[in-house]
Amino acid sequence: MQKSSKKAAILKVAILRFPGTNCEFDTQYAFEKLGHTTELIWHKEEALPADTDLVVVPGGFSYGDYLRSGSIARFSPVMKAVVEFADGGGKVLGICNGFQILTEAGLLPGALKRNNNLHFISKHQHLKVINSDNAFLNRCSNDEILNIPIAHADGNYYIDDEGLTSLEENGQILLRYCNAQGERQVVNGSVTSIAGICNEKKNVFGLMPHPERAMETILGSEEGIKMLQGFEQ
Amino acid sequence: MKAIVNVYLKEGVLDPQGKATHHALESMNFKGVQDVRIGKQIVISLDTDDKEEAQKEVKEMCETLLANTVIEDYTIEIV
Repeated sequence: MQKSSKKAAILKVAILRFPGTNCEFDTQYAFEKLGHTTELIWHKEEALPADTDLVVVPGGFSYGDYLRSGSIARFSPVMKAVVEFADGGGKVLGICNGFQILTEAGLLPGALKRNNNLHFISKHQHLKVINSDNAFLNRCSNDEILNIPIAHADGNYYIDDEGLTSLEENGQILLRYCNAQGERQVVNGSVTSIAGICNEKKNVFGLMPHPERAMETILGSEEGIKMLQGFEQ
Repeated sequence: MKAIVNVYLKEGVLDPQGKATHHALESMNFKGVQDVRIGKQIVISLDTDDKEEAQKEVKEMCETLLANTVIEDYTIEIV
């Protein structure tokens, strides 16, 4: 069966909201456009809806990025439920600030530092798919080049050498920044230009780019669709 | 009693703010600057008068919230 002809399952997507989250409605729009049902979950909730298939930690500036991006949000009551959900094999996707929250929570390895040029970078950016053999990017192919918006100040991914080797060996690197020809590009100082990773069990995913902002050709790209559709398998 | 916590990026982890400031100092003709590291200082007022207890509690605060030990080191001074 071809990848694109897979029958889509309807997912229940729980989208978290912290004070300062600002991408929750874009994320909701994206998943509803794909035919899924969504529910916004306030960070004070102590449980996720029982039928949740996917938790999305969306972008924004939770707690004003005070102390470190994502550092305070990880202690919100709902995060305990998210950790349990992930430990039980549930799928979790963190986008931008969501990626920062998942690294702070220890659900993903490494950390996100200030961009090396100290600027907030907001633009369309080419990405190369490094590993598509997972529940997120399975509609994409390895080495495929995508065009997805980025918008962040703290996207400079850091992990020590040992951690990097283990990410590489386990196929946990999802995406790298590249130019239109697919050559690796330094965008924010990330170790080996990493834009997205997953955990060892491959059920927790984090990326700085915003697939939920790439859902309409008229807005510059609809390549986010096949990224988010991956969760339908 | 107060705890003064200093948090900064670990040696070997590139500090973009420190580097930019270093360049600025050089361009202002301050000679002999070898390195600049920028961190943050967190001052915590505590109920306790027990220095050891304060040290222990603040260390736990650092490990769980105040520092991200993947990229940051911290020092604690109890005054």
